[in-house]
Amino acid sequence: MKGEITALATIVALTTGAGAIAFAADDWGKFQVEDRRSGYTYATAETQAMQDDEFANPAMLWVEHGEEAWNKVDGEAGKSCNSCHGNAAETMKTVGSTYPVFAKDIGKLENVEDRINRCRTDNMKAKAWKYDSQNMLGMVSYVKRQSLGQPMSVKIDGEAAPWFEKGKAFYTQRRGQLDMACSHCHVDNAGNMIRANTLSQGQGNGFPTYRLKWQKPGSLHRRFRGCNKQVRARPFKTGSDEYLALELYVMWRGRGLPVETPAVRN
Amino acid sequence: MASKPRVRVPKTAKKGEIITIKSLISHKMETGRRKDSKTGELIPRQIINKFVCNFNGKQVFASDWHPAVSANPFMAFNFKAEESGEFEFVWTDDDGSTYSKKASLTVN
Repeated sequence: MKGEITALATIVALTTGAGAIAFAADDWGKFQVEDRRSGYTYATAETQAMQDDEFANPAMLWVEHGEEAWNKVDGEAGKSCNSCHGNAAETMKTVGSTYPVFAKDIGKLENVEDRINRCRTDNMKAKAWKYDSQNMLGMVSYVKRQSLGQPMSVKIDGEAAPWFEKGKAFYTQRRGQLDMACSHCHVDNAGNMIRANTLSQGQGNGFPTYRLKWQKPGSLHRRFRGCNKQVRARPFKTGSDEYLALELYVMWRGRGLPVETPAVRN
Repeated sequence: MASKPRVRVPKTAKKGEIITIKSLISHKMETGRRKDSKTGELIPRQIINKFVCNFNGKQVFASDWHPAVSANPFMAFNFKAEESGEFEFVWTDDDGSTYSKKASLTVN
């Protein structure tokens, strides 16, 4: 009898010990700001390791491609990105954490993809790149990489306010055959399982993200399309106004989280 | 198809030290089992089927790859450093072409 009690006491002690360890592991450091958690904190240790090691991170191949394209002259104007913007490490430093922004010249919200294409067609007189093409993913990854570690801080007041409201409405609007809104998964059930996957808060701070399922990086709008298809709704086009507004809202949701571009997720 | 093979080898090592060598190459690794979404035709297989590492001309690591290997394959292995020399990494594609990269190691 006495032996049993001792054994029981040991088990209790062990359980408490394990609880303490689990609690310590819940401290996500820079990947958590208040109750906002980066998708990194929901990823497996293997996936996190892949993102942490700049060499093992396959998306860095795209970043390198983007760096080459940055210095490459293209189009009739005979310019490269470098001709006007110079050293990306300085000139692009805040782009990853502040886009999308309201562009006064065109009177609408603009994300990095759109801004690059506007530069290409207007200033370089070159052909626009397609969303999620290798060139576009490379350039966006390279540009956003310059903001690595900076806290996300998009502007949602002034002329961006109507876009923000539109994005917010999109986020809570039920849609598709399953009649689900973004918030049902990413607010109400973040951290819970959906079939075999863990739902994250759906933060945008690591995009373009290398998704192991895709076997390549993809834009945030591609991810939106995937989500919309999964609730059996008809997805909008990449680069559409609906997704631009949603992008602004999603980026605001992740305010304060560090830019992780290019992140690796399952 | 593939481009820019990357390897990471420490520049120097002590004699007898075990070093980790990492490699990464960009390749689509088309399995040959996928169908074109428009035509319904099978997309022909194109993968890297062999990865070899030579040190001073002598083979020190080799592996055969199969269609289940992911796109942009990453390969890491350990190596016991005994003498200075040069590594040569060679990836062989299904279409017969090869991609290679060299890196040198100094043992002191």
